[in-house]
Amino acid sequence: MPVSRVDRFADRHIGPQPDDIEAMVAAVGAMSLDALIDEVVPSDIRLDTPLDVPGPETEAEFLARMRRVGQRNRPGRALIGLGYYGCITPSVILRNVFENPGWYTPYTPYQAEVAQGRLEALLNFQTTVVDLTGMAIANASLLDEATAAAEAMAMMHRLQARTAHGANRLLVARGCFPQTIAVVTGRAAPLGIEIEVGDLAAMTVDDRVFGVLLQYPAEDGAVIPIGELIDRAHAGGALVAVCSDLLALTLLTPPGELGADVVVGNSQRFGVPMGYGGPHAAFFATREAFIRQTPGRIIGVSIDRHGHPAYRMSLQTREQHIRRERATSNICTAQALLANMAGFYAVYHGADGLRGIARRVHGLTRRLAEGLHALGVQPAHAHVFDTLRLRLSPAVVDRLRKDATAAGLHFRYVDDAAVGIALDETTTGADVAEILSVFAGAMDRPVPTVDTAAPEATPDWPDALIRRSPFLTHPVFDRHRSETQMMRYLKRLERQDIGLDTSMIPLGSCTMKLTAASQIRPVTWPEFADLHPFASVALAEGYQELFRELEASLCAITGLSAVSLQPNSGAQGEFAGLMVIRAHQRDHGEGRRDVVLIPASAHGTNPASAAMAGTRVVIVACDDQGNVDVGDLRAKAETHRDALCALMVTYPSTHGVFEDAIHEICDVVHLHGGQVYMDGANMNAQVGVTSAASIGADVCHINLHKTFAIPHGGGGPGMGPIAVAAHLAPYLPGHPIVRVGGARAIPAIAAAPWGSASILLISHGYMRMLGGDGMRLATEVAMLSANYLKARLESHYDVLYTRANGRVAHELIFDLRAFKPLGITEIDVAKRLMDYGFHAPTVSFPVPGTMMVEPTESEPLDELDRFCEALIAIRGEIQAVIDGTADPADNVLKNAPHTAAEATADTWSHPYSRQQAVYPRPFVRANKFWPAVGRINDAHGDRHLICSCPPVEAYQD
Amino acid sequence: MYPSDRHYTKEHEWISVSGTTARVGITDYAQQQLGDVVFVELPDVGQTFDQGAQFGSIESVKAVSDLYCPMAGTVVEVNTTLVDRPETVNADPHGVWIIAIELTHPDQTAGLIDAGAYAELVS
Repeated sequence: MPVSRVDRFADRHIGPQPDDIEAMVAAVGAMSLDALIDEVVPSDIRLDTPLDVPGPETEAEFLARMRRVGQRNRPGRALIGLGYYGCITPSVILRNVFENPGWYTPYTPYQAEVAQGRLEALLNFQTTVVDLTGMAIANASLLDEATAAAEAMAMMHRLQARTAHGANRLLVARGCFPQTIAVVTGRAAPLGIEIEVGDLAAMTVDDRVFGVLLQYPAEDGAVIPIGELIDRAHAGGALVAVCSDLLALTLLTPPGELGADVVVGNSQRFGVPMGYGGPHAAFFATREAFIRQTPGRIIGVSIDRHGHPAYRMSLQTREQHIRRERATSNICTAQALLANMAGFYAVYHGADGLRGIARRVHGLTRRLAEGLHALGVQPAHAHVFDTLRLRLSPAVVDRLRKDATAAGLHFRYVDDAAVGIALDETTTGADVAEILSVFAGAMDRPVPTVDTAAPEATPDWPDALIRRSPFLTHPVFDRHRSETQMMRYLKRLERQDIGLDTSMIPLGSCTMKLTAASQIRPVTWPEFADLHPFASVALAEGYQELFRELEASLCAITGLSAVSLQPNSGAQGEFAGLMVIRAHQRDHGEGRRDVVLIPASAHGTNPASAAMAGTRVVIVACDDQGNVDVGDLRAKAETHRDALCALMVTYPSTHGVFEDAIHEICDVVHLHGGQVYMDGANMNAQVGVTSAASIGADVCHINLHKTFAIPHGGGGPGMGPIAVAAHLAPYLPGHPIVRVGGARAIPAIAAAPWGSASILLISHGYMRMLGGDGMRLATEVAMLSANYLKARLESHYDVLYTRANGRVAHELIFDLRAFKPLGITEIDVAKRLMDYGFHAPTVSFPVPGTMMVEPTESEPLDELDRFCEALIAIRGEIQAVIDGTADPADNVLKNAPHTAAEATADTWSHPYSRQQAVYPRPFVRANKFWPAVGRINDAHGDRHLICSCPPVEAYQD
Repeated sequence: MYPSDRHYTKEHEWISVSGTTARVGITDYAQQQLGDVVFVELPDVGQTFDQGAQFGSIESVKAVSDLYCPMAGTVVEVNTTLVDRPETVNADPHGVWIIAIELTHPDQTAGLIDAGAYAELVS
């Protein structure tokens, strides 16, 4: 038990110190922190018992316990394949990216001027994918290979819907990974798509077929020509999506050269640990003509106001935050941090390095095959990259299960007469020898010797399959090959980005709180990092224990009964939760229920997920207090009562208010046969104080990358587990390879059974080290901080929505629309904040023309005060424009952000000084952040699309 | 402000009829709301649309708006200059047309409003 303040983790996590809290309570005019909470949270939803969760423990206790828990995982050597392979994370990338808050704390790069570092890194990733797949464009990552395949299916379906009415069948090759087939099947049903799995060579591409999905190399390792198949599909009017492997593609003719329309896969083996399922970045590459139908973020190149090249997210109008239920996908958080790591792996090794790794893996696979041949075992296919499929007698398989497992060699046990072995970058000659030894023992034969010295081999595949085209030819893949160069490149990019290591990031609804270093440490320990997601669960007892505890804690926190840890993001959780509701309703003869009520203020993922679940979205109006219009809700629930599936509600609302009518709202929905889905994005205002069950929800997702401290990673990883009431528990998602989920489980919604399992350790650490009381205190201080900002700023900016008593929850909205007639917008304020060293709050969500501020409990009082100082100064700058003392067009706001280059140029033509531009307040001098570029021209970027690394000449002045 | 030589819709399109053909575009109010136009999704020549049916869309950096056919007709021409220069819609919204249609019912102007009523609507 903690005995002194240095031991109490809550004191390290929570920014304001006890006397700061006292001062803040006084500043908001409350009698005490408890009294404030009574004013913020409606009494009829308050929890009256402490959270029944383990903890608290000190950081030292946590780390010691994690060592013990880790001992109960036995990673061994994973030779299972199926999209997950051992690999070597270069230490320079591990230390300087994965374990570095400069890379893992930033947000999604919406404010591109202060995100040029990770935007360049993501562009490197896109370029790596484009080159290796032979396609024209690639996005900046999807959640995993299986969902990327499902997105490919949805995209092909959308594209074909224009020309081929009624074509609703997808042909899926039997050679696709089982988890891909499961996820694709689950995603197909709500879209009315029929899946036909079979041997592609024998399947007919008639006019009912809109698309074909295949795996290249196949799941059994086979490398077979696919060009003819693709031609046949096209001749039949279908599009073709190919799931592939980046390392294989360094040697194999890329699908893009064979006519593929979409190529997807997992980039994990490019230097990202397996992590018992994740996190990993999936890639998605396609034709230029399909760019507007492509899901996910796409990084592009534009220019800033000085005409210099500048990176940004292109074509955001495809995405859920703009297109809502008509978005190309519901994806929001992706896997940016891992995409960056995979891109840096390619940068560090270059084309020749990657080819060398591939040849080595391939060569060892061939040697292994030779040795097995000497034992009388013939691999199923002569042409493979890294994977062998072996038909054996059941007796041999049985012995292998025991002997190989005992030796720490984990094969894929396909069935009782077949075994798969996949080699990887970490495989050594000694490993091959040991595999042969184990086989020989199982077969009672002498051990064959195979020479594994100098194993690199050029593939012996048919000529048409041998890759001839160059790749990674851009200079960036050649210039950072020594560790010194790589370290400096990583640091130079890092310095261009604002993260929580720089300053507060008060993004409303994002909950940018501390990820303690101690929480991240175990994630990369081998006992947690090196487990394959499909390894026998007996080898993962450490993880299993953590999952059980995490699920129990999430139940205690939400008041619900069962949890699935499978969803990799909030949006994926929304989809899973809606599918669970629909499965329950179908089971009770109510499958016709297909209307989802969604408040107009909802996050864009809500309607996008509802569309993905095959439901019709009906928008419920907000009243002029910003709350759900209960009258409108009643009317619409009544109108749709026979078809009402669910209501999706965020609580407190996306406006940051604990709506008093929440019980009434939930009751109306239940009365008409619907279920209540709660979006957990604002859970930072709930933990320990209220709960999803208290307000009447049946299911909710929890953004672990918000309230539960998984860092935002620049746009992922995330985790979005769902918690459900008892009646929905049987439907929690299953998995085709590892037993998870309920008795009547819906199909898997992610590739890995427990999603990105390794980062669950972070949330586990957060909960354990704070304990129930610590988490409740965190919630209370989060709400205190938001009300403190309100007290300090409300005389300078209009606050948009509050409770009747004037209190806000954990976030608040400042309304800047009054300044629009002067030509000053919320964008100008966002860019001007960069000059003060701050990332802007959430701009124009949920209300256009406003800024939503969420400080979180981690920000110390002096940082909150600096933020206030900046906003108050900016209000003064706006006033100068109003009063006419500043030029309406040539002022500090319209020209923001100001770069070092312009501040130090020989000429300065503005009516304000350089000092006013870049050092507007004294505190800025002590912590000056220099935006790498001036304000970016968004329209230029969307009109002239460039989505891979431009030639070096583009950067020269 | 809003030219009186044409009809308008509540969805902020204009339609300029001449005999049995008409040209369609978006209003100044619409282009202001959208911001810098970066892309116009055009229908194919030969496609037929009912009154009020969606014939395309127009995108800026931060928004997408559907385009609805003010009067029923068949597309006879699309303004291909919008492919390379979509921003011309912002510069001259009442001059730059998006599609030209052969009207199915040239006299069927119910549901359309005149310049004065439209100016009222957006004030």
